[in-house]
Amino acid sequence: MIAIIDYGVGNLFSLSSSLSYLGLDNYVTADADQLRAADRLILPGVGAFGDAARKLREAGLFDVVRAAAEAGKPLLGICLGMQLLFDKSYEYGEHQGLGLIPGSVEALRPDLADDTLKVPHIGWNRLQILRDDPIFRYFPDEGYVYYVHSFYAKNCWENTLAVSDYSLPVTGVVRSGSVYGMQFHPEKSGAAGLALLRAFAEI
Amino acid sequence: MLTKRIIPCLDVRDGRVVKGLNFAGIHDVADPVEMARFYNEAGADELVFYDITASYEQRALFTDILRRVAAEIFIPLTVGGGIRTLDDFDRVLKCGADKVSVNSGAIARPELIAEAAQRYGDQCVVLSMDVKRVGGSFHIFAKGGREDTGLDALEWAEFGVKSGAGELVVNSIDTDGVKGGFDLEMLDAIAARVDVPIIASGGAGRMEDFAELFRHPGIDAGLAASIFHFRQVLLPDLKRYLRSEGVEVRI
Repeated sequence: MIAIIDYGVGNLFSLSSSLSYLGLDNYVTADADQLRAADRLILPGVGAFGDAARKLREAGLFDVVRAAAEAGKPLLGICLGMQLLFDKSYEYGEHQGLGLIPGSVEALRPDLADDTLKVPHIGWNRLQILRDDPIFRYFPDEGYVYYVHSFYAKNCWENTLAVSDYSLPVTGVVRSGSVYGMQFHPEKSGAAGLALLRAFAEI
Repeated sequence: MLTKRIIPCLDVRDGRVVKGLNFAGIHDVADPVEMARFYNEAGADELVFYDITASYEQRALFTDILRRVAAEIFIPLTVGGGIRTLDDFDRVLKCGADKVSVNSGAIARPELIAEAAQRYGDQCVVLSMDVKRVGGSFHIFAKGGREDTGLDALEWAEFGVKSGAGELVVNSIDTDGVKGGFDLEMLDAIAARVDVPIIASGGAGRMEDFAELFRHPGIDAGLAASIFHFRQVLLPDLKRYLRSEGVEVRI
């Protein structure tokens, strides 16, 4: 059973539908006991980091998620949910994250080597796998994934499994133990994205 | 690098996909869920659904279709048509839309763009504009292209982006339905004024029109309806052709 953590950030219909489509039992919940009962957790998220971290805290789920991850329960952070896994973010100020993966979340714009590129980084980009991992078990050769973001994870090279090129290697997939993060939206990345979700359910 | 996106557009009325020629003479094509499935398998990078129904009952029919599409198609879905309030945003986002496109609703009340961007994020708000040449300049037209608002298209695009629109769909009324190629002059003029992704619409007739479009670096995506609906251009062929022309696309 996969629990999708509902802390009032974003729309979870597609994510839940994508898991159901794969035949994976899932529920959307904000209840700590239901999260503890699940085999694996997905932390979604869109919007601003500070706001999302505050909502996760106010829902009383910050420590629940951290405890589950520390106990080895598979956890997948998606988009802003992936950014929340890191130590801190510099999106409009400085905010503390869950601290499950070392690194920081910073603005993409000043780091781009090509300043004619648009920010947000919106669209399909090829995912380049740097380190093989069970999460890529079903992933196609030359798979493309769908990104929408203006901030990205950096100083996390040790934990980076895959990147996409946007005049710099944008952190795409990270892992520390059983904690995974994906900057793009696997639930919006067609068959390639579904392949990643299917593999996560087997981690 | 980011790929150039190819986006089929589905106008939905009474639960069916329709396509107009210069916005008139609409005729029926197919079932929207079936169409969405077909395009997803063919490699569409995104789908746009416009709700062109009027009554409240038909709105419910549209959101039901959206829900059915979002339950089995896992690529970005943009929804437009009749979006006038934040409640309208809410209604379609809950049914699985990822982005919401505003057009007449933003002309009637320009604050809608900023309000929606603040609540749902810039990435969620798409400003769609129907543009036509009037004298020596480009004007924004309303009511499906029938009414000149007098708004300057370049200024409107700039205002929309400053208010928080994360993408622009720029449709040329002059080239729409003519199938003689995109309105590159107008698109370039708008691309020079804003720094968000631009989705070009109106005028695609052949695969070569897309190759020509993507030689203009400010354009991120090409949107079309009838040439895809009537199988005049097949998505897999188009993508292979674009790649052979040196355009990065998702295959």
